[in-house]
Amino acid sequence: MARTAVLRRLTWAIAEVIDRIDETPRVQSLTFDVPDWPGHLPGQHIDVRLTAEDGYQAQRSYSIATPADGNRLTLTVERLEDGEVSTYLTGVLEIGDRIELRGPIGGYFVWEPSRGGPLGLIGGGSGVAPLMAMLRARVAAGSDAPVRMLCSWRTADDVIYADELAAIARDADGVSITHTLTRSAPDDWAGRRGRFDHAALSRLAWPAEVEPLTYVCGPTGFVEAVASVLVELGHDPRRVLTERFGPTGG
Amino acid sequence: MAEETHVDGNALGGMLLEAFGREMTDARGCCDGCGTVQQVAEMLVFRGPGDVMRCPSCASVVIVAVTIHERNRLHLSSLRWLEPAGR
Amino acid sequence: MTFISRGFSRREATDAPSDRIPPGQYATRGFPVLSAGPTPRIGLNDWRFELIGQVDKPRAWSWPEFTALPAEDLTVDIHCVTKWSKLDTSWRGVPVDALLEGVETSADHVMAHSYGGYTTNLPLEDLTGGKAWVAYQYDGEALEPEHGGPARLLVPHLYFWKSAKWLRAIELREADTPGFWEGYGYHNYGDPWREQRYSGD
Repeated sequence: MARTAVLRRLTWAIAEVIDRIDETPRVQSLTFDVPDWPGHLPGQHIDVRLTAEDGYQAQRSYSIATPADGNRLTLTVERLEDGEVSTYLTGVLEIGDRIELRGPIGGYFVWEPSRGGPLGLIGGGSGVAPLMAMLRARVAAGSDAPVRMLCSWRTADDVIYADELAAIARDADGVSITHTLTRSAPDDWAGRRGRFDHAALSRLAWPAEVEPLTYVCGPTGFVEAVASVLVELGHDPRRVLTERFGPTGG
Repeated sequence: MAEETHVDGNALGGMLLEAFGREMTDARGCCDGCGTVQQVAEMLVFRGPGDVMRCPSCASVVIVAVTIHERNRLHLSSLRWLEPAGR
Repeated sequence: MTFISRGFSRREATDAPSDRIPPGQYATRGFPVLSAGPTPRIGLNDWRFELIGQVDKPRAWSWPEFTALPAEDLTVDIHCVTKWSKLDTSWRGVPVDALLEGVETSADHVMAHSYGGYTTNLPLEDLTGGKAWVAYQYDGEALEPEHGGPARLLVPHLYFWKSAKWLRAIELREADTPGFWEGYGYHNYGDPWREQRYSGD
């Protein structure tokens, strides 16, 4: 089991692609088998390193979207226009190929069922990936920590994990999931429209009085806007944990 | 909304873990500019040719991480102290 | 040995003439935004540009004064030390030669100062002779804050970290002192054609 405080060397491991799922036209979930993987906690990330034959290297970080599962871990990767690593991972990599990765990394943006709830998970775009690891862990552990998950997407075509989230919301006790679309919504869209602003969060996020633990992840502007609203609403800033993915969302 | 070019200390997690041999995103750090203490993950990181970690309270440059010919180097510029978390 | 990733290679400067792309660079269509700190927001009423240091007398311009100076339209290639190059970028700016006209100095060195505290150092001769501008328009529009507006230094023959954004002052100095990135291991001069990225290159 991963222990974030144990002294250890961070070495590059070679991982094999064993599965690929197209989540949306631009987003894929890639599952890897990593020999001797020490395990990881929900919320942690790995660094991927690509090396060309002439020695040129590129490196990026990706959140692990699944809870610990032996030697397996899943990354959810958004293909960014001009994205050097994301276009490789989503366009060139095939099942059976191998890549270098290192980890797990992260000790702040981490949730385990033992931390309990109420748990708030607020994600924008690919920022939902580490929150998905937390939600999947909560369900798999049979935890009764109540969860309010809020997901913000640009359009209906951008929604990741739609079916699984719907199933969890339907079948798991104490889990509510709300989606919002910020740019455009189809006529038959049953979720919310517009950003998670002060009015929306005052209604949808856990009230400050129940002292929730809230994780906010996504593009920098999204994370900072949501986190500052939560603090305005009375949340203890030490219980609002943030991970900024940068302007492009990952 | 204007695009900002910063992320946060989570982005330096790998480099810090490599340098210190243990997890550091939940370490507390004291800014030498203003004395404010926060967790490394909550410091802002600006991505330029190198990564510049700044105190969110006073914007002092706390850490600068550069990679020079494949060697990672950490400048602990305005960092008064670091206190790793946990046991 | 490092593991080689099947099918991965560096971005190629596919349709760019190779004599315009310095070694180790690739051509980009975008204009990446890199920064060492938060974007300063300077109101044009508050903006000042100063020429200070080892000069007979310091000079300062307000925004109306500065934009009234004779300016040039120019199209240049720019090269970032992070390996992207952008060809045929269009700017409008005041040549540094015009700003230095009539200035008496024995200084050989310059420190450029930005709003927000960024600095970069250059030899004075790399700012003169038609090699440098203080630019306030990009691609026909007012220079946006994320790209260094209201005005930035533009020195296309050196790596682009020398083209200080949010320019506040040019300080003439007798002694050379490293600026921000130069102090963190980047090359003191920064010629992309000799691939002078890091100190000692």
